[in-house]
Amino acid sequence: MADLRCEIAGVKAPNPFWLASAPPTDKEYNVVRAFQAGWGGVVWKTLGEDPPVVNTSSRYGALHYRGYRMMGFNNIELISDRPLEVNLQEIKRVKRDWPDRALLVSLMVPCTEDSWKRILERVEETEADGVELNFGCPHGMSERGMGSAVGQVPEYIEMVVRWCKAATRMPVFVKLTPNVTNILAPARAAKAGGADAVSLINTINSVMGVDLDSMAPLPSVHGKGAHGGYCGPAVKPIALCMVGEIARDPDCRGLPISGIGGIETWRDAAEFIAMGAGSVQVCTAAMHYGFKIVEDMISGLSNWMDEKGYRRLDDFRGAAVPNYVDWGQLDMNYVVKARIDQDKCIRCGLCHIACEDTSHQSIRAIKENGKRRYEVIEEECVGCNLCAHVCPVEGCIEMVEIDTGLPYVTWAEDPRNPQRLAEAAE
Amino acid sequence: MADAPDVRAGRLSPAEYRRNFDDAHPPLTAQQAMVEAARCLFCYDAPCIEACPTGIDIPRFIRGIQSGNLRGAAETILEANIMGGTCARVCPTDVLCEGACVRLAEGKKPVEIGALQRHAVDWLFERGIQPFTRGAPTGERIAVVGAGPAGLACAHALARHGHEVVIFEKRAKAGGLNEYGIAAYKMVHDFAQREVAFILGIGGIELRTGIELGRDVTLGELRRDFAAVFLGLGLQGVHALGLAGERLAGVHDAVAFIERLRQTKDLSTLPVGRQIVVIGGGNTAIDIATQTKRLGAETVTIVYRRGPEQMSASPAEQEWAKSNGVAIRHWARPVAIEGVEGHVRSVTFERTRLDREGRLEGTGERFTLPADQLFKAIGQKLVPSAFNGTAELLDVENGKIVVDAERRTTLDRVWAGGDCIGSSVDLTVAAVEDGKLAAASIHRYLMAG
Repeated sequence: MADLRCEIAGVKAPNPFWLASAPPTDKEYNVVRAFQAGWGGVVWKTLGEDPPVVNTSSRYGALHYRGYRMMGFNNIELISDRPLEVNLQEIKRVKRDWPDRALLVSLMVPCTEDSWKRILERVEETEADGVELNFGCPHGMSERGMGSAVGQVPEYIEMVVRWCKAATRMPVFVKLTPNVTNILAPARAAKAGGADAVSLINTINSVMGVDLDSMAPLPSVHGKGAHGGYCGPAVKPIALCMVGEIARDPDCRGLPISGIGGIETWRDAAEFIAMGAGSVQVCTAAMHYGFKIVEDMISGLSNWMDEKGYRRLDDFRGAAVPNYVDWGQLDMNYVVKARIDQDKCIRCGLCHIACEDTSHQSIRAIKENGKRRYEVIEEECVGCNLCAHVCPVEGCIEMVEIDTGLPYVTWAEDPRNPQRLAEAAE
Repeated sequence: MADAPDVRAGRLSPAEYRRNFDDAHPPLTAQQAMVEAARCLFCYDAPCIEACPTGIDIPRFIRGIQSGNLRGAAETILEANIMGGTCARVCPTDVLCEGACVRLAEGKKPVEIGALQRHAVDWLFERGIQPFTRGAPTGERIAVVGAGPAGLACAHALARHGHEVVIFEKRAKAGGLNEYGIAAYKMVHDFAQREVAFILGIGGIELRTGIELGRDVTLGELRRDFAAVFLGLGLQGVHALGLAGERLAGVHDAVAFIERLRQTKDLSTLPVGRQIVVIGGGNTAIDIATQTKRLGAETVTIVYRRGPEQMSASPAEQEWAKSNGVAIRHWARPVAIEGVEGHVRSVTFERTRLDREGRLEGTGERFTLPADQLFKAIGQKLVPSAFNGTAELLDVENGKIVVDAERRTTLDRVWAGGDCIGSSVDLTVAAVEDGKLAAASIHRYLMAG
């Protein structure tokens, strides 16, 4: 059985499945239930300065997609709305009772050195394993100059991280907002400030919909809506991309990553770890199904690792990073063509119409003796994958690699590249 | 009705036999399983778990299928029910797990839990994965009598604890009713034997076949030679109709005929009547009726003395028989069996109803059904000869062994489970749970030393 223990920035946990700073980690009661269920760690819901914030009624919005509940999820909830002292006492108790689990404390205070120093001193007394600076929340707190308002300005990130590193012995994780044009700027700033690790992504600015009767953006509070933080399965591709960007960035080399964003199964987690994450954080999936989902996450990851011969997480951590490259490093001579398995085809015609109307007109629609049939015109197929994606039958359309006998050639080296021709002419 | 009885073999073409006795419910494809698994809501305190006699964590194993953790899914099933493979095929899921699915409450089809369970266990079996290991040997030896679902489940659980088990089985093969009793089209491709091999594969279990309790070995000897004894005897005796014509040729005990059918390699050699009458209302009645129909019988009629609600065969099983062309007649009981030259030719029934006290009574009205074969499927009983030569007696009530909640009999160091005990509901899954509970109790007893 594979060893699922993880260590990230000196923080140890029996497995890489942590609960992200969010409602599920708001208090002792929830966190203890999570640990009982098997979660390897938690990031306690963000603490701030007293008096605690006050939340609105009506806080969450969801995107249901054709019968699938909560493909996407958002919230306009603020940080912990309980007194600081209550949270600290509970954190201390939980850490004492569950010494083997990772317990980070998420923090968000005004942008003054004093504020950060004061709260760090208090958190240190709890003997928590570390802190996570919440520079991510895109709603509410950002209007008060905190959360993503800090996370969107690399100089602020570096400054606050520096204060915190000077003020505490605890490992400092920095939670990054995806609401930026390039995730590398805040990541590099965190590293420059001395951060021990980054956690990403926090939630994405979003409006879940508009109620067309009341004309209120969703989720709405008494007829009005504010943008909230978007998360859930739908954001996973965005999160994977940002994690990968940091993992492959030479300037961020060695900066541990706790991956967050739409993680629901062991497979999602394995993908984040392959992309360089040292642990993963989950929220929406737990809020949808309860803490029990961690059972299959642990069992699934362990079984998959056994099957692959990976004994420890480090055996495959970051294994996909070298393969995550710029477009300019892709092989221009690689060719795939669609192949339709006529025995599996159910004659829905979706591949044809997708290709005919919107792509390369390379799937022929044939009617013989009243029977429909769809055939790939190989010469026309550019290997775009669209037909395989729209096909509702698993394994019916396969993209088959064609051996061209040509070498791996990047665009820079490609004879079809006009710049290369120009350079050659010089 | 004076025609000679028509009972013969080879009524069908080879292709028809193949089709009729192939998998009645073919397995899900990987994609079908994914789509079906996605319908599971992952309920909290799921009612399906409660409805499963072995308490399989159904939402968890279905989540494993969803996430591609097939091994984890299979382990979740087998951890609770070592015969999860058979149960996925034979359980009356419509009255167990699927009958409790919350999807029904919204007026939708329940999640196909049985089919998903089969998908996961088949995945593991196809890869020859053995997820269980025998515990460190304890030096304790336990005798298990009967290699049916109860006995095998008990033996497996004891082996996991590190005890040494000897199973005594009177038949040539292990598996009990999984091998000899369940309808052929539910257990194709020798599944019962593959499952037995999987269970014995844990090690520490010795199987001795051809040994019958009361004939070759006595309970007293087993108690003397072993630290504990588990009785998973099943029910080997058959109830009689108590009618004069019962000994005519062509009058069969359904269980014995199904056993013969299950052990016949070439079904075209198995003679079957043109017109068949089955008496009974349980799963055996459904199984014999459907299988004789599929062997080529022209008409098959099940006659049951009460109404459809009182039949112990589940509604889905009754529907299954009907969709196979079997007729079911309710509220009638046999009163005479008529023969021609020593062979059954017809059966006469009297219509029944409930009297004012709710007791069954005859109306005096009669009808006669032609029958080349008559099958009795009216239940089985314990054979008292099993306890021959046993000085000590264990309590038997209404033809079943009396046990407590832990499946302890009234005799010291003797446990029992499966169809032979009082609480039995005549299901593989219930027998497995008996074996599991008894093994846990035996283990506690032995370890308390």
